[in-house]
Amino acid sequence: MNVTVEPIVGRYLRMEFQGRPHRIYFEEAGQGIPLLCLHTAGADGRQYRALLNDAEVTRNFRVVTFDMPWHGKSSPPAGWENEEYRLTTDGYTDLIMTVARALALERPVVMGCSIGGRIVLQLALQHAAALRCVIGLQSSGRVNPYYDISWLYRPDVHGGDVCAAMVSGLMAPRSPAAERWETLWHYMQGGPGVFKGDLHFYTVEGDIQERLAKIDTKRCPVYMLTGEYDYSCSPDDSQATAARISGAQLTIMKDLGHFPMTENPAQFRTYLLPVLEDVLKRERG
Amino acid sequence: MSIEQLAERVNSNEALVRRGRYFSETVMIEVGTAQYLVRFESGRIATVARVRTNLQSWTFAIRAAEEVWQRFWEPVPAPGYHDLIALLRYGRLRLEGNLQPLMANLIYLKLVLESLRDRETSR
Repeated sequence: MNVTVEPIVGRYLRMEFQGRPHRIYFEEAGQGIPLLCLHTAGADGRQYRALLNDAEVTRNFRVVTFDMPWHGKSSPPAGWENEEYRLTTDGYTDLIMTVARALALERPVVMGCSIGGRIVLQLALQHAAALRCVIGLQSSGRVNPYYDISWLYRPDVHGGDVCAAMVSGLMAPRSPAAERWETLWHYMQGGPGVFKGDLHFYTVEGDIQERLAKIDTKRCPVYMLTGEYDYSCSPDDSQATAARISGAQLTIMKDLGHFPMTENPAQFRTYLLPVLEDVLKRERG
Repeated sequence: MSIEQLAERVNSNEALVRRGRYFSETVMIEVGTAQYLVRFESGRIATVARVRTNLQSWTFAIRAAEEVWQRFWEPVPAPGYHDLIALLRYGRLRLEGNLQPLMANLIYLKLVLESLRDRETSR
C-alpha cells in the first residue's frame, strides 16, 4: 500500500465577525511570507490544493486559505435559515481583514480569484499599508452580467448541477479532465443559493471600476493573471481594469480559464512562480 | 462535423445516457439555414430529423450559424467558441422556448453537443 499524507493542515477558527460568532475552516502549509488565498464564488479552499502542496512555493511562503462563511466546511452563522445570503464589498473586505488578523498574518500577500480577484483590488485601495501586494486571478473592476442568476436557486432545477453547468465552460478545453471535474464537484457541493449570493457582489453590488485609478501600486503592487478561455471575466475585462491602475502588471495566460489554480495547476504555476519570485526579490530589497 | 451523427455519438456513451436519464424532450437545433428536430428519450436520442414542413413543435430551440457550430466542433475550439454558454454570452447563439428542461439538464446537453467534437490528435 502506497500512502502519502499531504503537508496541508486544516483547522477551525472561532471568531466574531460582524457581531456574530463564526466557525471558519482554514488550511495552511509552508512558512515565510504569508500568502492568503481566496476562493471563487460558490466554491471553497480546495481550489488551492495544488498550491498548498507545491514545495517550491511553501519553501518561502506560508500559504493559507479559508472557506468563507456558508462555503465548504465553514458553516453559516446561527439563524441563517431566516436570511438570504448576499455577499457585499464591505462584508467581504471585513471578513478577509478579520481572518488575516485572527491568524496573525503580518502584511500578507493576498491572492484571490474571480470574486477574490475583484476584492483584492478593493483591498489594495482600502488597506494598502496592511498588505505586501495583491495578486488578482481573473480580476476585474466590473463584469457584465450575461445571464439570469435566478436559475441558480429554484426548486425545479438542481442547484448543484446547474451551478456546475454554468461554470464548466469557463475552463479551458485542454485543462485535464480530472482537475476540471474536481473543480465542478466543489460547485456541485455548494449550499443552496450561495453561488447566487456571491454573484450579487460580483455582478451587481461590487462594481469598483470607477475607483480603480485611486490604487497606489507603489504602496501596494498589483499583479493580475487572466486565463484566455474565461468569458465571465474575459481578457478584455482584465485589460480594461489594468488600464485604469497605473503600474498594474497583467499577464494573459494561455490554455487556462476562470479557475487557473484548480483547473490546471501545472499550467498555472508557470505563470504564478515568476510573480512570487518578484515578491521575494522585492522582500530582499 | 454533422448533427446527423449525434444519435450514434450519444447513444454509444453509457455515462452520458445515464446523465440524461430524466430528459425526454424534442429539441430544435438550427445549423445555419437547416433546422433539425432531435427527439430525446430518457437520455438516448431516438431520432434526428431535418425539418422540411411547417407546424412542428419543440420544447426549446438552440440556434446558431453554421460557421459558429463548425468552430464549436473543432477538436480544440478557440476561446469564446468552446462552450454553449460562451456562444450565448457573445451573441453567437440563441436559446428560445421553455428553458427549464434545458437548465435542469445543462451539463448533459452541453456534453451532448460537445460529443460531435473529434479528439485532439496531436499538439
